Amino acid sequence: MNNFSYTRASDVGNAVAEIAADNHAKFIAGGTNLIDLMKENVVRPTRLVDITRLPLNEITENDDGGLRLGALCTNADTAYNEQIERRYPLLSSAILAGASPQLRNMATDGGNLLQRTRCYYFYDTATPCNKREPGTGCSAINGFNRIHAILGTSDECIATHPSDMCVALAALEAVVQVTGKNGERVIPFADFHRLPGDTPHIDNNLKPDEIITAIDLPKQGFAENYTYLKLRDRASYAFALVSVAAALDMDGDTIKEARIALGGVAHKPWRNAEAEAMLNNQSATSENFQKVAEAIIRDAKGFGHNTFKIGLAKRAIVRALAQAAAGKPQPIAEKKIL
Amino acid sequence: MATATNYIGQPTSRVDGTAKVTGAAKYAAEYNVPDLTYGYVVSSEIAKGKITKLDTREALAIPGVLQIFTHENRPNLAWFDSSYKDDIAPPGSPFRPLYDAEVKYSGQPIALVVAEEFEVARYAASLVRVEYAPKPHETDLNEKREEAYEPPKKRSGIPPPAKPRGDAERAFDNAAVQHEAEYRHAIEHHNPMEMHASTVVWEGNGKITVYDKTQGAQNSQGYVAGIFGFKQDDVRVISSYIGGAFGSGLRPQYQLFLAVLAARELKRSVRVTLTRQQMFTFGYRPDTIQRLALGATADGTLEAFMHDALANTSQFEDFQEDDVNWSGLLYKCANTKFTYKLAQLDLYTPIDMRAPGGATGMYAIEAAMDELAYKTGVDPIELRLKNYSEKDQNKDKPYSSKELRECYRQAAEKFGWSKRTSEPRSMRDGKELVGWGMATGIWEAFQQKASAKATLGLDGKLEVGSATTDIGTGTYTIMTQIAAETLGIPIDDVTFKLGDSTLPTSPVEGGSWTASSIGSAVKVVCDAVGEKLFKIAQEMDGYSFADVDYKDVAFSQGKLRLKRDASHAVPIVDVMRYGKINAIEEEATSSPNYLKQNGYSSYAHSAVFVEVKVDEELGMIRVTRAVNAVAGGRILNPKTARSQVLGGVVWGISMALHEETYTDHNLGRFMNHNLAEYHVPVNADIHDIEVIFVEEHDEIVNPIGAKGLGEIGIVGTAAAVANAVYHATGKRVRDLPITIDKLL
Repeated sequence: MNNFSYTRASDVGNAVAEIAADNHAKFIAGGTNLIDLMKENVVRPTRLVDITRLPLNEITENDDGGLRLGALCTNADTAYNEQIERRYPLLSSAILAGASPQLRNMATDGGNLLQRTRCYYFYDTATPCNKREPGTGCSAINGFNRIHAILGTSDECIATHPSDMCVALAALEAVVQVTGKNGERVIPFADFHRLPGDTPHIDNNLKPDEIITAIDLPKQGFAENYTYLKLRDRASYAFALVSVAAALDMDGDTIKEARIALGGVAHKPWRNAEAEAMLNNQSATSENFQKVAEAIIRDAKGFGHNTFKIGLAKRAIVRALAQAAAGKPQPIAEKKIL
Repeated sequence: MATATNYIGQPTSRVDGTAKVTGAAKYAAEYNVPDLTYGYVVSSEIAKGKITKLDTREALAIPGVLQIFTHENRPNLAWFDSSYKDDIAPPGSPFRPLYDAEVKYSGQPIALVVAEEFEVARYAASLVRVEYAPKPHETDLNEKREEAYEPPKKRSGIPPPAKPRGDAERAFDNAAVQHEAEYRHAIEHHNPMEMHASTVVWEGNGKITVYDKTQGAQNSQGYVAGIFGFKQDDVRVISSYIGGAFGSGLRPQYQLFLAVLAARELKRSVRVTLTRQQMFTFGYRPDTIQRLALGATADGTLEAFMHDALANTSQFEDFQEDDVNWSGLLYKCANTKFTYKLAQLDLYTPIDMRAPGGATGMYAIEAAMDELAYKTGVDPIELRLKNYSEKDQNKDKPYSSKELRECYRQAAEKFGWSKRTSEPRSMRDGKELVGWGMATGIWEAFQQKASAKATLGLDGKLEVGSATTDIGTGTYTIMTQIAAETLGIPIDDVTFKLGDSTLPTSPVEGGSWTASSIGSAVKVVCDAVGEKLFKIAQEMDGYSFADVDYKDVAFSQGKLRLKRDASHAVPIVDVMRYGKINAIEEEATSSPNYLKQNGYSSYAHSAVFVEVKVDEELGMIRVTRAVNAVAGGRILNPKTARSQVLGGVVWGISMALHEETYTDHNLGRFMNHNLAEYHVPVNADIHDIEVIFVEEHDEIVNPIGAKGLGEIGIVGTAAAVANAVYHATGKRVRDLPITIDKLL
């Protein structure tokens, strides 16, 4: 047997103590990614710390008027939560664009942040992969890289982060609440995931002995002018080739603030604050959207099979901004793009 | 022919439906026997080279591991290639698992770990240490164009390219309108829901029972007996239910070999199930590059038709399919030239996949015809009617039936083709470009020799059986219908048995020939029972059967009746009682009637029309409507028939827009070997599909007049989608699948 020990954490402190005690321990919650990785021999934890009984599965109001998502809320419960649907429809929309109902019923919000890349090579232990085995090389750079990153890549890794939910959270500027041996701390969403650099095996800035306890959504939910536009090879159960979470704060036809986060193009949900600011106090015209799109994608680099993503991402940004500005978000169940 | 029927032609729900949805239907990996052991396959990580070291010590030390079979400890088995050749094997030297240290393809099985528990076997398999001496490999067909060759030995049952007619090259050069282009599609894998599995039950006394995922129980039986030295009767192969196969189960696959090998050595029952990833380590639809060159007069009359196909095969077998002969059947043309070549890659041998050759060749032919329609300015349907062929020019024979004209007419009318404006990009709906495309489908109406047996009991119940399989097509159901119809017995009193090598001989289930071949055998054997009943009835007092022949009587509602006076009837059970017999048992064989059939060519035809909507800026393609009109002879069961065609159309859409096995040529390895990354359509990708069955009477094709519908639905559909995408966008994508990156 692929032996591992199993313990059930009694509270957050106990969970942290368990994970800190063993370098090869992993938390297990929904298990929708970890179990696959174990079956494929990509990860082999010696200990599983079951956190599913921790009291972290509620959505509550924060004092600042925002909402707190307990780390163990399922993706499905979050997406269909009345407050989320009403106040943060961008988040709801992004969650429902991902995976399948069965997976969303199991997957947790905290786990969603921690899912690993879907790079073919990462999952196939017969191939070199710096993310799986540092120093072995990247098979994707000169290999089959149709689904790979065009922004923020390194010579070591061109994997993408596969989450849809995280793209919305990046746009909403959520804050990740974590608890470790040294107590609690907060990580702004933009700082949570990392670029591959020369440490592609490290996906994010969560320390090995830390647990995500909650995700805080700031008060501003952009419920009027938003969209999550996901472009993919089939209408459901496919990862994004390119996705765009667009959120606008509008005053008539004038944009006061714009948030644009991209999925499927980088090792983390991609934002470019400087480019987004170009839309401040500008009118919602396709020329302006075009300029922002150009600015966001300016430094993109393709690797052959994925080079099409550069043009596609630009067009997707323009379309998403148009949808958001018009207050006509992309319906998730509809393959027709508004 | 159009006599009233009780069962044949009625939309009948699957007789095995309840068993399937309640879980009562058992599949190969679901037979649990006492002391079962579990095998897990270790797969090669390189594409070509030699295994230099295979260290199993760590794995063998795991408690519960019984043995690890490799080329180093494999027992001596049959020596000659002939022992390894199954009924479907193409020319060449079949792959032998665990034969020696040589690696011929990435994913090749190189060891089998057998343990008391599945999880133990899987874990131990991860501890088998393998070292390789790799050699340079080639997996890119494009790189091997120069080394292409015509297969010297032809594959049985696959017609080689028809002989040239006229002078195609000169006619092409002189043609007023020319179209020449290359079409390609990627390697595709079958990906049935059920993974390949074999459960080998060690019965003792040198006997084994094998529950195998196969499209031919007797094919697997012969393979196992030949290689492992069993007597034919000591190997019983059962495949009662199959969770899809689409051709992947036509040949015995390596899990069968490994499971039998382990069972024989350990004298234990062994199950080997492949993983989804390992489902990408045997046959597939080959990568095929096709050159089409069409010459026509200005009004679209074909003057030259050249079709050259280049497909990949393995280094050890020459897999062949018929890609290039279809235009000779469909389009009248005096000057033709067809070639078919292979190139060897360091991959496993391809295997037939739904409509092998037809799906491939007709994609290219029908896409090229669409291009010719644009070059000549002739409507695509008009172009096809103008060149409509009344005979099979490859064999110079008339058709036993061909209602293709009616397919075009009915499908076009239902689709609303007359409202189409032919200019590309001329139809739109908001931000979307609208495209309407059409194509022709064709598939052979085969009949094979097959046998069946029937037993009629005094309780009025009829059991009929043949060794064929039901891969989900509805074989159980239509055979039950044919038997019920022939002997006039209520359908609930008829049981059909299949998927057991001890039953009367049947060919593998493939080629869309099962309905016609096994169906004919069932009809013949039921008629044999009927004649026996009739002979007894002729002696019964008070009835006037003595004065008539068997052809003058019919069976319905449990009674033998005079055709001319149906009220003159005797219950079947009364006949048996009168004859003092408790059961009538018959076995019969039905062979194609060559005398009757040889003068004709028999094919099913179809016309498929598709609407796509394409987002102009983003290249997202939606297939919003499809209409497929099929002329397939007699429709035995409109319900299962429609399902077959629907499934075929969905697969055609999939071939056009989704399916592609990604090969990393650096590694010589398939990379999207799972159902998350190997894309088939989801429900949300499929919209309205309408199936029309065009009335077609054919008394020549076989005794039941049916042509088989398992494959016709996919043929032509991919071309119709591709043609619609061109009409919508003005962009001609000639390599499938047409994905967003190719349209931008």
